[in-house]
Amino acid sequence: MDDLLTALQNGDGERTQSFVREHIGWMLAVSNRIMRDPHHGEDAVQNAFAKIFDKIGQFKGDAAIKTWMHRIVVNECLMLMRKLRRTQTVMVDDLQPMYDKNGCRIEEPWVTMETPESLALQSDTRAQVNKKIMQLPDNYRIVLVLRDIEELTTLEVAEMLQVSEANVKVRLHRARAALKKLLEPLMRGLPE
Amino acid sequence: MSAQRPRLLRRIQGLMFKLPLMISCEDFEDFILDYLDGTLPSRQKFIFEMHMKLCRECREYLEAYRTSLELAKSTAQEEAPKQPVPEDLIAAVLAARKG
Repeated sequence: MDDLLTALQNGDGERTQSFVREHIGWMLAVSNRIMRDPHHGEDAVQNAFAKIFDKIGQFKGDAAIKTWMHRIVVNECLMLMRKLRRTQTVMVDDLQPMYDKNGCRIEEPWVTMETPESLALQSDTRAQVNKKIMQLPDNYRIVLVLRDIEELTTLEVAEMLQVSEANVKVRLHRARAALKKLLEPLMRGLPE
Repeated sequence: MSAQRPRLLRRIQGLMFKLPLMISCEDFEDFILDYLDGTLPSRQKFIFEMHMKLCRECREYLEAYRTSLELAKSTAQEEAPKQPVPEDLIAAVLAARKG
């Protein structure tokens, strides 16, 4: 590992190229999951590599290099996202569960519920799910992606977003509830 | 919304959920995250599961909540290996490194 770090710091062309080729695939997958736009995903990866090369001397080796790089690429995505203004997002408040005056849940009965396995067989499921996730406002979507898809802990997400763990939990639950509502036609097997 | 619980049953359930060791559907909602994370203390877990046994709406709601979550995870994971890395992106990263 020290040998690789030294080579990268010294700008060894061959080692740098093999390092980039080894890691760029998963980094692009991470940034695309967060950015949901291939062009923005590529921009975030480029920025992340610039940061990695800039900071490689500061990498202490107390965590796996992939973990360190993952944090950098996620941070670059967050920074880029703050600069971008998205449109056509939904109002999360409108997609929360409803209750009657007795505090009882109002939920349309589920006559049938498709499973993730059965939906996976349908060709456009991925596109539909992606579209629905994209409709969530950024401050909810990012928490959902980091916690549920990138599988970071609540504490890690809180540190990255500089908010409390309680805030992450509230946002995550509201994002999941909104996504459930958005995916209902798909899960009920109804046409949109 | 025609197939929802009859109004009388809703009122009875509303009253029942106010009894000791019972929670309302709104309170149930607050426990979902910790329940799925497995961090709900045993007493609260018991109360949560008791409500779930008695309330079809919350049972079905939680099932749909879980399914949508699994769907989001599985679709994200399946797209990952299919992403080809554009050669011009690799070239741009390396060119930036060379300055």
